[in-house]
Parts: sequence; structure tokens; C-alpha cells
Amino acid sequence: MESEIQLTPSGRLKHFLSVSGLSRALLTEILDTAESFIEVGERNIRKVPLLRGKTVVNLFFEPSTRTRSTFELAAKRLSADVLNLDISTSATSKGESLSDMLENLEAMASDMFVVRHSQSGAAHFIAESVTPNVAIVNAGDGWHAHPTQAMLDMLTIRQHKGSFEGLKVAIVGDILHSRVARSQIRALNTLGVAEVRVIAPNTLLPNDVECLGVKRFTQMEDGLKDLDVIIMLRLQKERMQGGLLPSEQEYYRLYGLNQQKLAMAKPDAIVMHPGPINRGVEISSDVADGPQSVILNQVTNGIAIRMAVMSMAMSGQTETNTSRKEALE
Amino acid sequence: MNVSAIEIINGKYWANDGWVKFESIRIIDGIITAINSDDPIEPLCVIDAKGGIVCPGLFDLNVALREPGYARNGNIDSETRAAAAAGVTQLCCTPDSQPVNDTKAVTKLIKEQANLSANCEVLPLGALTKALKGEQLSAHASLKEAGCVALSNGAAPISNLLVAQRCFEYAKTQNMPVFMTPMEKDLYEGCMHEGAVSTAIGLKGIPAIAETIAVAQLLQLAKATGVQLHLSQISCAESIQLIAEAKAAGTRVSADVAIVNLLYTHESVKGFNSHFHCIPPLRTEQDRQALLEGLKSGAIDAICSAHLPWEAAEKRMPFVETAVGMSSIESLIPAAVKLNENGELKLEVFLKAMTENPRNILHKEQNTIETGATANITVIDTEQKWVVEQQQTYSKGDNTMFYNEEVKGRVIATLCNGRLTHNTQDLNSKNNC
Repeated sequence: MESEIQLTPSGRLKHFLSVSGLSRALLTEILDTAESFIEVGERNIRKVPLLRGKTVVNLFFEPSTRTRSTFELAAKRLSADVLNLDISTSATSKGESLSDMLENLEAMASDMFVVRHSQSGAAHFIAESVTPNVAIVNAGDGWHAHPTQAMLDMLTIRQHKGSFEGLKVAIVGDILHSRVARSQIRALNTLGVAEVRVIAPNTLLPNDVECLGVKRFTQMEDGLKDLDVIIMLRLQKERMQGGLLPSEQEYYRLYGLNQQKLAMAKPDAIVMHPGPINRGVEISSDVADGPQSVILNQVTNGIAIRMAVMSMAMSGQTETNTSRKEALE
Repeated sequence: MNVSAIEIINGKYWANDGWVKFESIRIIDGIITAINSDDPIEPLCVIDAKGGIVCPGLFDLNVALREPGYARNGNIDSETRAAAAAGVTQLCCTPDSQPVNDTKAVTKLIKEQANLSANCEVLPLGALTKALKGEQLSAHASLKEAGCVALSNGAAPISNLLVAQRCFEYAKTQNMPVFMTPMEKDLYEGCMHEGAVSTAIGLKGIPAIAETIAVAQLLQLAKATGVQLHLSQISCAESIQLIAEAKAAGTRVSADVAIVNLLYTHESVKGFNSHFHCIPPLRTEQDRQALLEGLKSGAIDAICSAHLPWEAAEKRMPFVETAVGMSSIESLIPAAVKLNENGELKLEVFLKAMTENPRNILHKEQNTIETGATANITVIDTEQKWVVEQQQTYSKGDNTMFYNEEVKGRVIATLCNGRLTHNTQDLNSKNNC
């Protein structure tokens, strides 16, 4: 169902809402395209004209620094005009509905919406029912998906491990509330890793987490064995207030990644984190800054992945709109 | 429509555990005067059942009429008209209007409006607690005098068990049945079933125990107080087991299921389709099968529409923010035909769960199709295909389960207390009316 909305009849990307339903070939194409854009960032003039004359609107209904700025940089490097809308101070606070607001923006000849929203399914809703002729890129919706984050993580893994074959990967932390984890799990399984594990106390794991195609671990000692990749998730402070965990200290003691725990994984295991990191809550400083950490590579790759996804979705959407116009004529 | 003489031809009706074919059923001044009579009479309206079914009018235990208070989404006239088109002749309307139906005045207003519209017989459910807040008893006796047939707390759980116990004791004193939707409030914080789908798409789930714990508590309270308890909109397999055990032990309890839970599961929510944003939520295939089995075994007594119409804008938002509920009354017959054709639930079981059993729950005399009886009749063409879309339906809500889908099975005509309240055939030109 998710693939139907995201793809053109010829199977090209026209929205990027979720990793779910996309083929290994398409995910690989995203990674390859991103790889080619990394070089752009190293030039003196860091621009390509792929989105020249197009308008990209960053619609962030939730605060974000890193994701929004990498999307903005990515769009600018593709030569697009960029409009940043901080929605919390804008229309919806005046009582205008989301659909009315987006239809207005579409009428201003926008070509792409980059959407972050606190509700799962918000990007789907916009792509399906509100503005189907505008390319929608999901920059994170509720607990559902954060597909560009997952893809930049995949790029980081591929850069360090060469391929996905045979890899054992664990995601550690708040899986229940994590859109990043859901997208990572889908991407890892589609790209063909050997095993995906989740490690967390039961209060932070969905009851049916195995349905996502993962092995459930509640103890770090068991879950970290033989790992090639360890992905640590950020722990939100609200989890303590919500009664899901007793304290940050106990969480760090049991699930925080320090050198001692890291030693249980393979010696060449890499450590990842989508950021922003809580030092001393989910990860120790010496691990975060240590030789096995690839956290800063992830940030660099973020721009390249977003350039790849934006250029691919825009081209798929333009193709769809052109064929629609031709059909009408 | 006031027509003094009606003849329904060419159909079959259910009598003594079997279908009986008939040539004609004649209704004069609202009374069935003859079955298969050759005596000519004029003038006569002829309704051609086209080989379909004639059954006692459907009785729907759970309909939100949206009036007073929510006119944008529906009103008594529009929603009772929809009920007539659905073949419903009697319905219970939920107390969650604005103001809540917790006083005589609101009950009277609803009854008067319903009488003016005259589309079907409306039997209000009075609020069990004031403003449905679950804190204070409402005036059960006054509500009964004004015409409420039972008490209900709508879809609002009563979290204080002491309040619930007193409500049950007081309702028992007034000899009124209590309708409860089993919900354990603290566990009910979600927007869909907690399971594989909610995990995959990242929506907060409502676990089955949010219902089963409440069922267990309510059954204990019913047993302790002796009140007649009716559990509304059961959705989980385990609830059915608890109900069956309580029935076997002699507790005065009955239960219903919403039609949508018999057809769909949480898989329908996969694409964030807000039409399937319901409370109780659509659960697993195993639950759906158990609900169908429960109807067959008698653990579940009735089927209801749980009709809750919303204007389109209320469903045009990200899933969590959309309004909860479905405009489902006009989907009842297509749903029943589909279940029958899938071999999942015989039409006879559906009809019993929407005619005989709801009447028993509310201690109403049965409607029968026999000479001398007042005509409360639904005529159904089980073969007719149609598209469920706004132009074809009467409810103000288009938040239907068969949204723009072609379905099979349609109500041709409805007679409520002898009056023709719905009719799809052109009586004036083709027939002798």
C-alpha cells in the first residue's frame, strides 16, 4: 500500500514517505545517487542545477535543528528556492486546518514539501489526500517513519562495511517511540543484512516487535555478541516521567554503551547514533568520540542522502505531472 | 408516506425456522390483513420484493443521531431517514448529545423531533451519570418516565468503581437495563488495536486487556448488584469467553458487536485510512472470527451499527487527529450480504441478531409477519448492486466502511408501525397507487 503512493507507474520515486514497500534496487539507487552527491560537497562551488526553478517548502510542525538545516542545505545545493515555515507560530495556531493551509501553499506553485509532523501518517495523509501533485518528502512523522535518517545510516554502514551481506546489526534503546528505528529496521531487512536485533527493556519495546523482522533482546550482554553495527537511540526525558523507566542512572547502567559493553561486539564494530546524543545517558563520551564511532560521518551523509531523495522524487513527480497534463490535452 | 393499502409481492419470509415463499403480503391501514390472498382490492401499492427477503424491521441498539448539539454532522431527521433506508424500524440513540441526554427535557426533545420526522421509532438511552462524567447519578426514574428505555454511559468509561456500583444499584431499583461499553480508561490511550500493525506504522495501540479487564469488572458488578447489563460493542475474543462464562453462571448479561468489527481487522488501518478510526478499534483476524463464532453460539446476542456520522472535514486530518467513528447504518445490509456470501455468517443469524434478540434485551414484543400483526417490515433485495456514495445515502456522514465501493444487497422498502418509511420503487407510475 505504501509503495503505491510513493511510486510512479514505472516504479520511480515520486514521494518519499517511508522505506516500507520500496525495493532493494530502489534503496540501492538512493545510496548510489547520494554517493555521487558527496563529491559535490567537497567542491569549491557546492551546487548542481537539478532543482533550479523549483520551490521547496520546509514544513516543520515539530522543532528540529539538524534535520531542517540539512534539508535546507540539500535543497540549496540542488539550486532550489527554499521557504522555511515554522508552523507552530503560523497558520494552524490561527485555527486553519492542515489541509486548507497546504492547499494554499500548493496554490503558490510549490513543487516539494518537506514535512515533519508529530502524528504518524501525516506525510501519507498529505501525499494521498491533500496535495498529490506536490512531491512530499517525509522528514519524520510521529513514531512511524524517518526514512531519510534511515537511508543516511545505511549509507554510513555501506561506507564502513562495504556491503550489507552477513551483517549483524542491533538497535539499542527506545524502539517503542522511535520512527528512526522503524525505518532503519525496514531498510536493513530490505538491503539484506543477516540479522537485526533490538535491545531494550520491555517497557521500551512494542509487544509485537518481532513482526518487524527483528530479534528481541532485553539484556545488553546477550544482544551485543557478534555485532557488526550498534545503533544507539536517543532517550527522551519524558520516558522517565511517563513511568517507563525508573531513572537515567539505571538506564545508563543497564543499557548505556561504554567501552566495557562495546568490547562484547566484534572488534571492528561501528557505533552509530542519529543524534543529538545524551552523553552519560545512552552512550559514554569515550565511545561517542572513540575510534569505532561514526556519528559525525552520519551528519555529512545526511546532506547527500537528502539531495538524492529530493532530486529523485522531484523527477518522478515532474514525470507524473507531465504525463497527466499530456493526457488532459 | 401515508399509503392505506400496500401489497408486497414475490418474496420470502422467515417463519418457524425456515423460509416461506409468498405471492403477496397485503397491508391495509398498517395491519397485515392477508398473506397470499386473491381477493382484488383497489387502490393498491405494489412493492416487488423481486425474490428477496421480507423480515421484521431491524432493531439497532446503538445509533448516534447527533441532535441536539452536533448538527454539522447529522440531525434526527437526516439520521432517522438513513435508518429507514437501512431497514431499521426501531433504534436506540446514544446519550452523548450536547447537552447530554441526562434530563427529561432532552429526552422529550429527541422524542418530539423523532415523531415529527416519523422515519422510525426512536428509543433513547438515558445518561447513566450526569453529563456522562462518571461522577454522579443522573435521574434514572425521570429519564424512564420521559421515554428512555435503558441507561448508558456512551463511550465514556466510569473509572470509579464505587460510582459504577451505585449506578447499577440505582438502575436496578428503577428496573432499567444498563448499557456499558467496556473500557478500562488508563489502558485505553490509543487510536487503534495494539498489535503487529500498530507496531509497524507507529500508532499508539489499545491493548485487548483494555477491554477484557473492564468486561470482567462489569460482569462482577452486574452479578453483585443484579442489574440487567448489556455490554456494547465487544471487540476481543477473550471478552466473549468471559461473557459466555457469566451467562452460564446465570448473570443477567447480554452483548452486542458493531457491524464493522465483523468485517474488518486492524489491517484496514495500514494505509492510515481514517474511515477505519473506530472505538473500540478493529482488532485481529482471530478476534473477528471469535466475534462471528460468538454470534453463532449465542454468547453475543445482537449486532448494532454503532452509527456515528461526521462531516467530511473531520476525517481529513492525520489519523490520530481525526474524529472517531463510522457512518455505518446504511452499510448494515450490504455488510450482512457480504458476510453471508463469504460463508462467514448466515443471513438468518444476522437477522436474528438485529430483530428478535435486541427486542428481547429491551423486553419488547416481537414483530411478526402474520395476519393481524402491525406491519414492521423490511424488504431486502439481496441481489441488487449499488455504490455506497454520498448521493446514494441519506446520512449526513460519508465516513462509511464501503466508501465509494460497489456493494450487493439493498433495502427496497421499510414499513414502521404500519407506515411506509422508505421505498425505492416508483409507486405512482408503475403501480396502482
